Amino acid sequence: MGILNKLDNRVEQFESGNIIITSADKLLNWSRLSSMWQMFFGLACCAIEMMATSASHYDLDRFGIIPRPSPRHVDIILISGTVTLKMATRIKRLWDQMPEPKYCLSMGSCANCGGPYWEHGYNVLKGVDRIIPVDVYVPGCPPRPEALLEGLIKLQERIREQSLAKKQA
Amino acid sequence: METNEVYEKLKRVFEDGIGEIKTDVPVYPFFFVSADKINAVSLFLRDEESLQFDNLSCLSGMDYDKDNLAVVYHLYSYVHHHKLVVKVVIPKSNPVVKTVSDVWAAADWHEREAYDLVGMTFEGHPDLRRILLSEDWEGHPLRKDYKVPEFYKGMKVPY
Ligand code: SF4
Repeated sequence: MGILNKLDNRVEQFESGNIIITSADKLLNWSRLSSMWQMFFGLACCAIEMMATSASHYDLDRFGIIPRPSPRHVDIILISGTVTLKMATRIKRLWDQMPEPKYCLSMGSCANCGGPYWEHGYNVLKGVDRIIPVDVYVPGCPPRPEALLEGLIKLQERIREQSLAKKQA
Repeated sequence: METNEVYEKLKRVFEDGIGEIKTDVPVYPFFFVSADKINAVSLFLRDEESLQFDNLSCLSGMDYDKDNLAVVYHLYSYVHHHKLVVKVVIPKSNPVVKTVSDVWAAADWHEREAYDLVGMTFEGHPDLRRILLSEDWEGHPLRKDYKVPEFYKGMKVPY
């Protein structure tokens, strides 16, 4: 509720109390970053850490991040693990089916750059950024849930800075 | 039953189909079987009263040496609690071996994996397709002379 709190003193200027003034950017960004629905999708060992992050101990739900089984419902895709070339074609397809605005978080060394398979992984894509644009990279093999959470908070910060007026890089 | 006892027994039945036995090796003792006899030998190993190797623990393909590939069978008997290792060596120029998927159903996917990664064909296999790599993949990556492709479907493969 960051934006609403900041506006508190302005809200009070209106007698009815039911009106708030804010910019379209702030309202949109706030709603987007508070409900980043996630693609129900995991790849390798990193996916186990992702599941641990979703479970009650770290509780992704409190950030409004819930897994959805269709790419048409989701805002973010977590690439949580080794991207094989066979899987890469499917990831591209899922990404293309996600509606804008969409974000990608690359989790772990494998998705970042090929990880332990960078040299001899004949069927491993050396970094998911070779097929789809990545917003946040989380290093680690695997990253702990705390690291994944920090990555997601970084992504929220990015979304908070967005603007309808200026084109996204 | 020890490997050399099993070996003697098989030698009496299959004669030339059974190759030499290696016991002074750092791994579990093993012997060779010829590629066209492996199916009959497997059936015998499974059904013979005193052997009853009812479990295929593992089937692996390997790039054996410069001119040959090999298939390695690890067997176990839950009846007699003994185990056995058998190898089949086949030339790279004609890498064909009889399937054992009709003897042990577990061999079905194992043989597909060996075919996928090492590239021998299993004669009589009901459905010999690639199992791990994409169907349009070229070559068999666990061959020593395999060269990683530069691109696959427009994606750069090397680091
Ligand atoms: S980065 Fe490490 S933990 Fe994550 S998928 Fe790769 S090998 Fe597994």
